[in-house]
Amino acid sequence: MVQNLNSELSENQSYNMPDAGGHFGTFGGKYAPETVMPALTELEAAYAEAKADPSFAAELADLLRHYVGRPTPLYHARRLSAHLGGAQIYLKREDLAHTGAHKINNALGQALLVKRMGKPRIIAETGAGQHGVATATACAMLGQECIVYMGAVDIERQALNVFRMKLLGAEVRPVTSGSQTLKDAINEAIRDWVTNVQTTHYLIGSSVGMHPYPKMVRDFQAVIGQESRRQSLEQLGRLPDYVLACVGGGSNAIGMFYPFVDDKEVRLLGVEAGGSGVASGKHSATLSAGRVGVLHGSKSYLLQDEQGQVIETHSISAGLDYPGVGPEHSYLKSIGRAEYQAIDDQEALEGFKLLCRFEGIIPALESSHALAQAAKLAPTLSQDKIILVNLSGRGDKDIFTVADEFGVKLK
Amino acid sequence: MSRIAQTFARLKAEGKTAFMPFVTIGFPDLDTTAELVPALLDAGANLIELGVPFSDPIAEGPTIQRSSFKALENGITLQKCFETARAIRAKTDAPLLFMGYYNPVFSYGVERYAAECAANGIDGLIIPDLPPEEAAEAQEACRKAGLDLPCFVAPTSTEDRIKAAVTSASGFIYCVSLAGVTGARSALPEYLPTFIGKVRSQTDLPLVLGFGISKPEHFAAVRPLVDGVIVGSALIDVLEKAPAEERTAQAVSFVKTLLNENQNKS
Repeated sequence: MVQNLNSELSENQSYNMPDAGGHFGTFGGKYAPETVMPALTELEAAYAEAKADPSFAAELADLLRHYVGRPTPLYHARRLSAHLGGAQIYLKREDLAHTGAHKINNALGQALLVKRMGKPRIIAETGAGQHGVATATACAMLGQECIVYMGAVDIERQALNVFRMKLLGAEVRPVTSGSQTLKDAINEAIRDWVTNVQTTHYLIGSSVGMHPYPKMVRDFQAVIGQESRRQSLEQLGRLPDYVLACVGGGSNAIGMFYPFVDDKEVRLLGVEAGGSGVASGKHSATLSAGRVGVLHGSKSYLLQDEQGQVIETHSISAGLDYPGVGPEHSYLKSIGRAEYQAIDDQEALEGFKLLCRFEGIIPALESSHALAQAAKLAPTLSQDKIILVNLSGRGDKDIFTVADEFGVKLK
Repeated sequence: MSRIAQTFARLKAEGKTAFMPFVTIGFPDLDTTAELVPALLDAGANLIELGVPFSDPIAEGPTIQRSSFKALENGITLQKCFETARAIRAKTDAPLLFMGYYNPVFSYGVERYAAECAANGIDGLIIPDLPPEEAAEAQEACRKAGLDLPCFVAPTSTEDRIKAAVTSASGFIYCVSLAGVTGARSALPEYLPTFIGKVRSQTDLPLVLGFGISKPEHFAAVRPLVDGVIVGSALIDVLEKAPAEERTAQAVSFVKTLLNENQNKS
């Protein structure tokens, strides 16, 4: 079935964000250096045109099906649900998508768009390496040049993904400025883009950055929520009571939430990285503990000090280790449509173990945050309630980190 | 007429091009900033761009990034920036501008920030990540406080965007010489006359060129095109390399070379 992107939303949704300037209420916008502003306008126009073109949607749908392996299953975690003794837990299996996480949905969508725009060079940033791998994958398949910026600290922590990107033909450029993590990789990618904007597309990996990125990334990720909604109706005969997803920059969460926004009976719960505990100050729980600011081109909640300097974050999961958050999450929080809670490192590890032992699935540490929140929530609800958790990625990449936490030496 | 407008009007009448050095406040330390700025003015600077440090300066090349991080390590707060401005203002009538990213401004409160700047002798704000689309609040705050708020134009700017910038700006137009981040370059792009001409045809505001300008021959080449020239990274570079006791002297010598060479040719 070929549809224009999001056509099933535009027909029956009253929620209509962002506005033409990329604002979600008071959040979002385009706080960018002038040099890239024309490129943002150009991207906006190219995206709008592609979105309205059935042949673009057809090409993307075909690749999502035959290359990525969509639709991903909606799976009833029976043993886990029984163990927790409350609500039924269903998992949206994004871990089964090609490259092992939801990141490929957006990377492929944007890479196809770039092919259409005729820009020969693609740059991306990556934290844990998942978006870098997804972008390198899409570029290899479409025959595009790919350069990935990655913090030197992250390169050290994620050697496996660095090698995967290189195998896929990407160049990985270490970033040694600032905290040498994801935030600085984004800074450096923006600097590259400012310099090479005429030939280069910046393929942002999360629903962050300047307009049109938060909207475009959401739209490419909305396939998660669209499928989930349809599968819920088909398999369960109704919508879930709760939808949970982890939130770093927030792309898997917004992709999951967006198609449910108008379903007021469905509660949307975003789960942030509590790190060593929100009270410790060492965390990445932007919406829980931050205040509104401007980073990487958009206005949103931000972890910053009283001087407005962005502070360093912590999480056991590199993919959530980011001081900002997508502007649409700030908006959904501000209107009370979505709620956001924090799960700390230890709780996330418990969630990780639960899924391994009870379901035979090794989840990503990012997704383990959402699982841990579900494990807290389920026993408080009756057995006829349904919790849908976005299992955004698989945990192979995290094996060394987890072994380390459990005191096991692997190498 | 603002202090910035007066300065450009006076220099224009004298047939001169304004020279606006950029220094990061608190780099390599606050004492250097306090000593350096008056010395730069004596050496021929007409306006001063004072860098307010930020943790994530996305439009800066490595040199200014390093200076910003060093200043933050030195504990430079907004309060210290205001105090520095006040101390410099006590010694000079030259226009002073704060160059800083939007988050610290927004975090402090845009209106409060503008008022505090004005109270400490600052004449204008340069905010590289605030395009006209998002500038309404800052414009209003600057208008109330009597500050100028220049806008940027870049070689990539379309006619429409140049129009939006010149409509929105006050004080001057900051023309970015090349697609890229700040930092010294060996040569300047050949399209500058065309680019500057496009901007000039749309506004009477002074045009100030920045990014990449580091040598006397650059200064000499762009002088006939624009009303002012900004030099940042090349100056920070001199401060970085000079022994502590010679920093100001070497910076002054660098500026004199930059300007004298130009005067000899004109």
